[in-house]
Amino acid sequence: MCDQTFLAITFGPCDNCSQNKPLMNIYLKNEPINYCSLCVELMACQGLAKGETIHTLKAESETLKTKLEEERAKLHDVELHQVAEKIEALGQFVMKTRRTLKGHGNKVLCVDWCRDKRRIVSSSQDGKVIVWDAYTTNKEHAVTMPCTWVMACAYAPSGCAVACGGLDNKCSVYPLSLDKNENLAAKKKSVAMHTNYLSSCSFTNSDMQILTSSGDGTCALWDVESGQLLQSFHGHSADVLSLNLAPSETGNTFVSGGCDKKANVWDMRSGQNVQSFETHESDINSVKYYPSGDAFATGSDDATCRLYDLRADREVAIYSKESIIFGASSVDFSLSGRLLFAGYNDYTINVWDVLKGTRVAILFGHENRVSTVRVSPDGTAFCSGSWDNTFDLRNILYGFALYWHQGLYIGVLHHPVMSVP
Amino acid sequence: MTINTLSQDGVQRQQMPCLTKMERMIISMQDPDMGIKLRNQRLLITVIPHAMTGLDIVEWLIKKCSISDEEALHVGQLFVKYGYIYPLKEPRNLILKADDSSYRFQTPYYWMSTRWPASELDYAIYLAKKNIRKQGELIEYEKECYNALHKRINHTWDFVVMQAREQLRASKQRRKGDRIVLECQEQAYWLVNRPPVSPEHYKLTTLTKNTIIEHNRISLARNRVKSSICLESYVKYCEQYQPHDPIMQGCLPSNPWITDDIMFWNMNSETVALPTKLRVERWSFSFMELLNDQMGRKEFLTYLEKEFSAENLCFWQACEDVRHGETAKIPEKVDEVYKQFLAPGASRWVNIDSKTMEKTLEGLKRPHRFVLDDAQMHIYFLMKKDSYPRYLKSELYKNLLARAIVPQETKKSVFPFMRRQRHSSPSPALATQTAEDDGKAKYSNSNSGTASRL
Repeated sequence: MCDQTFLAITFGPCDNCSQNKPLMNIYLKNEPINYCSLCVELMACQGLAKGETIHTLKAESETLKTKLEEERAKLHDVELHQVAEKIEALGQFVMKTRRTLKGHGNKVLCVDWCRDKRRIVSSSQDGKVIVWDAYTTNKEHAVTMPCTWVMACAYAPSGCAVACGGLDNKCSVYPLSLDKNENLAAKKKSVAMHTNYLSSCSFTNSDMQILTSSGDGTCALWDVESGQLLQSFHGHSADVLSLNLAPSETGNTFVSGGCDKKANVWDMRSGQNVQSFETHESDINSVKYYPSGDAFATGSDDATCRLYDLRADREVAIYSKESIIFGASSVDFSLSGRLLFAGYNDYTINVWDVLKGTRVAILFGHENRVSTVRVSPDGTAFCSGSWDNTFDLRNILYGFALYWHQGLYIGVLHHPVMSVP
Repeated sequence: MTINTLSQDGVQRQQMPCLTKMERMIISMQDPDMGIKLRNQRLLITVIPHAMTGLDIVEWLIKKCSISDEEALHVGQLFVKYGYIYPLKEPRNLILKADDSSYRFQTPYYWMSTRWPASELDYAIYLAKKNIRKQGELIEYEKECYNALHKRINHTWDFVVMQAREQLRASKQRRKGDRIVLECQEQAYWLVNRPPVSPEHYKLTTLTKNTIIEHNRISLARNRVKSSICLESYVKYCEQYQPHDPIMQGCLPSNPWITDDIMFWNMNSETVALPTKLRVERWSFSFMELLNDQMGRKEFLTYLEKEFSAENLCFWQACEDVRHGETAKIPEKVDEVYKQFLAPGASRWVNIDSKTMEKTLEGLKRPHRFVLDDAQMHIYFLMKKDSYPRYLKSELYKNLLARAIVPQETKKSVFPFMRRQRHSSPSPALATQTAEDDGKAKYSNSNSGTASRL
C-alpha cells in the first residue's frame, strides 16, 4: 500500500514514451496531458543533455576541479619562504599614531586616500561622508547621505569628487565644491544602481568611470556622466565584498572577492572571468593587488590572509597564526610590497612580512573592529578606520620603540635595534 | 515587519497574523451547518471521507465574502499554498482548481501556526519511510535531500530508520481509509514545508553547472609559469623598491607625518624645477613608472621630439583619453584621433602595421571605447621596446640623473615638544576649478603646499 495509488489515476500509454505505465495528469500550457512519472521528471530536468542528470554534472564539475588543482600543483617547485631565505629578516617594527581623526559619530566603514597624499575621504555607519586634510586634521567637506551604513567610498583621481554608497544600493558621486555655502548634496550624481547593498567602489584611471561591487553578487562598470552601465560582471554566487583595480600596463583587469570564498579576476573589456581562486575557508572581505600587479592578497573571515600569483595561477602564501582567531577585514601593501598590513575583527592590526611569511608587528589601540586599512599613495603612512569612531594615521618608525598612545598619554623610550643596511 | 522574533518582554512574537485569519476562515468552512458540504470521494478502489471539490470551495468563498470569481479563486489558492487545504489527485501540484477535483482539509496538527518545527529529523524520518515502503519511490529532489540529510545527521541515522520502521508498523494496523488519509496529510504537510525544486530551478542549476564546467575547462588549458620564477620576481621587486618605501627605509628629507615638515612633498611635486635622484632612478624600473610620473612623461616627450617620434606618445595619450573619458564624447574624440594620427597624410601619422591599421579603420565606422586598443597597444610596445631603452641610455636622462637632488636629512626637532606649524594646502578641487576656467585638462593635481589658508 503506497501513495502511488493516489498519483496513478489512470494506467495506459504515456504520451511521451508510449510505454504502459501509471500516468500523471499534468497541465502543459493549460493543455492536459498524460505523462508517466518518469517523463514528468525528465521534463522538469530540461537543460540536461541526454544521459545527464544533476548528479553527473556535479561529478564532472568535481573531476575538472581536481584536475585543475593537479595542473596547478605541477609547476609549483618552490615555496615562497624558501625563496625568501636569502633575504635579511626585518627588525623590530613599532608604531606611533601620528594623527587621530575624530569626528564621525559612528563606526567608520571605509577610507580612501586622495592622490595628493594628504587628503582622505571616510564614510561611516551614520551616513556621514567626510573629506579631511589628514595632515592638518581639518575637515574640509562633509556630506550626509540619505542612507546609513555607507560601506564604500572612493576619492576621484583628480581630487575633485568623491563617490560613496551603501545600503541605498546606489553609488553617488559628489563633486567637491569649495564654496562654503553650497550644499554638496545638491550637485550629487547618482551613478550606479544595484539590487542590493553597495560593498565597494573605485574610480578607474579617470573621474569618468566607476567600478562597483555589490551584495547582489555582481560587479559593474559605470559611466559617471550618463550613469550608463558599461559592463557587468557575473560569476560570484554570493555577495561581492571587495574589489581592486590592477596596476598593470594595460589597465584592463581587476580582482574581486566575495562571500562565496572565491577571488575572481575579470577582464574589464569583455566582462569575462579570467581567473578564479577558491582556497579560502570563509568569506573574503578584502582584496588588494601587489604593487607589481602580478599577484594579489586577500583577507578573509577564516582569520588568514593569502597571496595568489596570477602567472603561476595559484595560492603562493598563507599569512596566519594560531593566536589569530578573528577574521581579517582589510588588507593593504606597503609601497615596495614587502609589508602587508591587515586589520582584524579582534581590534588589532597585524603587519606581515610578505616574503618570509612571518608577522613583524601587531598593533593595538583600537577599541573595536578595524574595518579598513589603507596605505597612503606615496607610502609614507597608513591609516586605519575602526568601529570605535576614530581613525588613526600611523607611521612606522624603524628603530624606535614607543608607547602606544590613545590621545591622552605619550611615552617615548628608545630601544636598541639591529641596524639595517 | 521586523526580524526580531522576541518581543520586548522576551515572549515569542506572533508571526504572520494572516495565519490566524486564515484559520478562522478554515474553521468556519468546516462548520456543519454553514460550511462546505463534505462528501465521500472515490479514489480508485478506496473511499476517502470528508472530501470536497474545488468548485465547492470557490462557491463558498464567493457567498461568504461577497467577492468575485477571480478573487475567490485567488484566496482559495492561498489556502492551498499554505497547507490548510490539500489536493487529492495531484498532491505535488499545490494549486486550486475550480472544478470537481477533490480537496481535503489539513488536520490542525499540521497547521503552520502551531509552529511545529519542520525539523530535519522529522523530514528524514518521512523520507526514510517513503524509501523503505518502496525503493526508488523518492523523486529527484527528494533523493538529493535524503542524501544530504544522511550526510548531515549521520549520527542519528539509526534512530531515523528505527522511527520510520516503527511508524510504518503502526500505520499498518490502521484501517485502510484512515491510513490513506494520514499519508495524504503528511505528504501535503511536507510539500508545503519542503517545497519541491521547480523546473526553473533545475534549469538554473544546470546552467550554472555548465558555465562552471566550461570555465574549468578553459582554466585547465591556461599557460602557467613555474612558481620559482614568479616568486623570484617578488624578491627582486621588493629589493628594487625598498629604497623608495618610506616605511621600510625612511624618506629624505624627512617623513612629513613625523616631523611636520612637508619638504618631502614639495620636492616631489609635479612642477618642481629639479627632481630628486630617487625619483629619476625610479623611471628606469619600468616603462610604466616613467609614464605614470608627469615629469617623467614630459622628459620623455622632449627626448622623442629630438628623435622625431613624438607623435607616438601623443597618440598613446589620446587613446588613453578615449578609453577613460566621457562616453558621450567618444565619437568626436575618435574622429580627432583619426584626423591627427591615422588618416593617410595626417600631420602626425603613426607607424602601425597594416593589419592593425586595417582592423582599426574598420572599427572606426562604429566607434566605441576600445576601438583604438589594438593600435594603442602596438604603439605602446613599440615605445617600450625601442624608444624607452634608448632614452635611458641617452645624454638627456643621464644629465638629469647627475643633476638630480639628494635631499639633506632634516633632523628631528631638538625640542620634541615644540610642534611645527602644519600648513594646509590648496585643495585639488580648487586647483582644477581654476584650471577648468582656463580650459585646461583635468589631470593635474598640485600640492605646492606653501602656507595658504583655505
